[in-house]
Amino acid sequence: MTDSTSFTNQKFKVIGQRVRRQDGMDKVTGRAKYGADAVAPGQLVGVILRSPHAHAKIKKIDTSRAEKLKGVKAVITSKDLPDYTNGNRDLLSMLENCMARGRALYDGHAVAAIAAVDASTARKALKLIKVDYKILPHVTDVDAAMQEDAPVIHDWVRTIGVEPAPSKASNVSMRSEFGHGDVDAGFAKADVIIEKSYKTEQTHQGYIEPHACLASMSPDGSGELWVTTQGHFAYRNWCAQLLGLDMSKLKVTSSEIGGGFGGKTHIWMEPIALALSRKANRPVKLVMSREEVFRASGPTSSTSIDVKIGATKDGRIVAATSECRYQGGAFPGAWAVIGAMTSFACYDLENVKTVGYEVVCNRPKVAAYRAPSAPMASFATESTVDLVAEALGMDPVDFRILNAAKEGTRASYGPTYGPIGIGPTLEAVKKHPHMRAKLKKNQGRGMACGFWFNFGGQTSCTINVAADGTVNLSVGTIDVGGSRSSLSMICAEELGISYEQVRTHIGDTAALAHNDMTDGSRGTFASGMAAIIAARRTKEVLKLRAATAWEIPVEDVDWQAGYAVALGDKHSNLEPLSLADIAANTENTGGPVAGHNEFVADGAGVSFASHICDVEVDPETGSTRVIRYTVIQDAGKAIHPDYVEGQFQGGAAQGIGWALNEEYIYGEDGRLQNPGFLDYRIPVCSDLPFIDTQILEIPNPNHPYGVRGVGETSIVPPLAAVGNAVSNAVGVRMTHVPMSPPRILAALEAEA
Amino acid sequence: MSGAHVSTTINGDAVQFACPNDESLLDALRNRVGLTGVKEGCGTGDCGACSITLDGRLVCSCLVLGVEADGKEIGTVEGLADGDKLHPLQENFIKHAALQCGICTPGFLVAAKVLLERNPDPTEQEIRYALAGNLCRCTGYDKIVRAVQATAKDLRKKSKKKSR
Repeated sequence: MTDSTSFTNQKFKVIGQRVRRQDGMDKVTGRAKYGADAVAPGQLVGVILRSPHAHAKIKKIDTSRAEKLKGVKAVITSKDLPDYTNGNRDLLSMLENCMARGRALYDGHAVAAIAAVDASTARKALKLIKVDYKILPHVTDVDAAMQEDAPVIHDWVRTIGVEPAPSKASNVSMRSEFGHGDVDAGFAKADVIIEKSYKTEQTHQGYIEPHACLASMSPDGSGELWVTTQGHFAYRNWCAQLLGLDMSKLKVTSSEIGGGFGGKTHIWMEPIALALSRKANRPVKLVMSREEVFRASGPTSSTSIDVKIGATKDGRIVAATSECRYQGGAFPGAWAVIGAMTSFACYDLENVKTVGYEVVCNRPKVAAYRAPSAPMASFATESTVDLVAEALGMDPVDFRILNAAKEGTRASYGPTYGPIGIGPTLEAVKKHPHMRAKLKKNQGRGMACGFWFNFGGQTSCTINVAADGTVNLSVGTIDVGGSRSSLSMICAEELGISYEQVRTHIGDTAALAHNDMTDGSRGTFASGMAAIIAARRTKEVLKLRAATAWEIPVEDVDWQAGYAVALGDKHSNLEPLSLADIAANTENTGGPVAGHNEFVADGAGVSFASHICDVEVDPETGSTRVIRYTVIQDAGKAIHPDYVEGQFQGGAAQGIGWALNEEYIYGEDGRLQNPGFLDYRIPVCSDLPFIDTQILEIPNPNHPYGVRGVGETSIVPPLAAVGNAVSNAVGVRMTHVPMSPPRILAALEAEA
Repeated sequence: MSGAHVSTTINGDAVQFACPNDESLLDALRNRVGLTGVKEGCGTGDCGACSITLDGRLVCSCLVLGVEADGKEIGTVEGLADGDKLHPLQENFIKHAALQCGICTPGFLVAAKVLLERNPDPTEQEIRYALAGNLCRCTGYDKIVRAVQATAKDLRKKSKKKSR
């Protein structure tokens, strides 16, 4: 029982309540400490020199004048970051991305760094570094990079996954394929076949807090790093490997995180801060500017996708294919593979084939962005699904319901589904009053569904009972959306005590065993499951302590609603002992009370959502306003409904921005033209309506409470939901995201 | 770069600092005065995370020089609460889950306070436009707008009670 993670269908006291969040007070008073808010005695300011070229050979770097400037304490180039990667190409690419090694691979690629006594000295010194570049041909478009005559960015990249293995280098680092059945036979049976090509532009996660860290290396080879991150253990491991340190000697403490959405799952400049500190023998604070965040940290892929769907007159899809070409930035990634896996995950298909191509370009290295790669694939699929429904004369919701995956469906990416929520979310769409609301002139409605895997991963946590009977839970997953409070609720539920008696903290890398990052919607799922087991183990210790105090066998002790209870008539003289009673007496009963758990949190339940969107398009300007938006998603079980709604709304807003406005714009010269919030416009408050939410709870059978991850799925449907709405409003199929005013006007003109 | 001695009032207290002439008020507040509740999200006046009041006017402190604060009154998120009593906006941001990561929260609170001082009964649209200079990437603004609406209601009730 203690370690079982099966769904129990229990009644809850704390779970499902809307309690007050634990990090709220610090965040509304300005006390919360983020990446840039830490200070160390004698700290220096670090700055980075970045390439202005999309692709260039670095012939020579002369740092001598910068080094001589008064107040400069360290200047580093790739020479100060020797290769400790031992033939591990992925690690070497990570190092090379942090600092160019002989070649600048994108506009914004770091080439040198400085630590100085203050920011103005550091900036002055930056201008004294002389870099001699030889400009090389570049490519920034995904389709162009796949052409035979494209400049090949890495001579070591061979396409993995094709037979025979290519002998020549290219920009295509991998081909992947998924599916089952016979698509040719399926298409032969189809009454209607729709084939369409789509493009989506590169977007940035757009967290408001730039990357920031405070690094302190000691001459004895130990070090500390305070950093804004989604995964301090991963950062610790990577930084230690890249700098040739013992992992245990580098202590990484995660700051409060000012948004990540996947962009803080990767190191960008933390090894540079550590290397600067090592050279200067002083703590170094390194904070990116917003421009640096855009030019040199984690955007998502731009893509080019073909989708073909065939269906019979009775509304059944008989075959479906997709080819997903994903731009991964300057180093090989694994993004198209996820696009190919998720393309048709919502549907029950007999014949399906999806193919992905990973493409290297002269752009910043792509990082995860909330359900990475799924929104683009979903845009292509869900737009085509609408077209097929239209060609068949069917209602698009009914068409989706008829073809939706269900329990027992073999997913297009391989596994067979357990209980899932796609059907119920679609039925909820059909019933929702939003679908019956009247539309006015120039308005259109669209809907779309989306899928995300969710992830479990390596997790550890510790519960400590304090001497007064209050409880600390230490977890190793960063809190990005309120998980500390949700995890305190879980701990309270298990121990039978009140939420207010539990306080959850994020432990540093020395305090806990390894934890995977907060990604894959795993924070509350995985740490929650870990906490349930740790709490059950804590109860075992509590029962033991009570039994010792009572001098009775532990088998005679039960834990009920926060109290140790002596069972049976023979013990009727023994009053129940509270957590506080037991905690106060541990000196005499066997020692302090704690419970641990270290495990792999298997069984993350897949997640589905369906969104409804109304837009109004101004045909004169092409400007689009979202006037109503509804998110319906299966949460498995909502621990704290406010935070679940918050995830639904936040993901939808990001998807709306992606659908309508946000894009990286590169010039002919390969330079990013809009690296700032003025020209890269994320949705502001006046751009959006209230975002309605409906939480469905279809329990995940592999979690004691039925929890599924909820963080990411909400960004998957919006591109297509908005796209279908805009297409319905203007009467022209939109195939290129973002649907910015110029693209809508161009589409209208082409149709006229 | 030569510097200047700046005498200001911050959250009601007299504060003096010295800073170079080209340093932003944001940097001076964070690095010299220690008010790190004022956040930098962009440094170009586009995100509002560094919002403060300068003689009662809402400004992005990244667009003001430290030396310009001489003789002026500054209000930051750190001055919103009255001792241990939170400002109703702070209460409602917690109650309505109007924050996730919280990095934009100080700016939103300061901007919303200025709005409600000028317009105690704003429409949803007025709230949305008043807060359009503050970026939030986590919430989709839904719960932020609701928290401001709830605060406006609370404050109006309070002032009605007072005037009776």
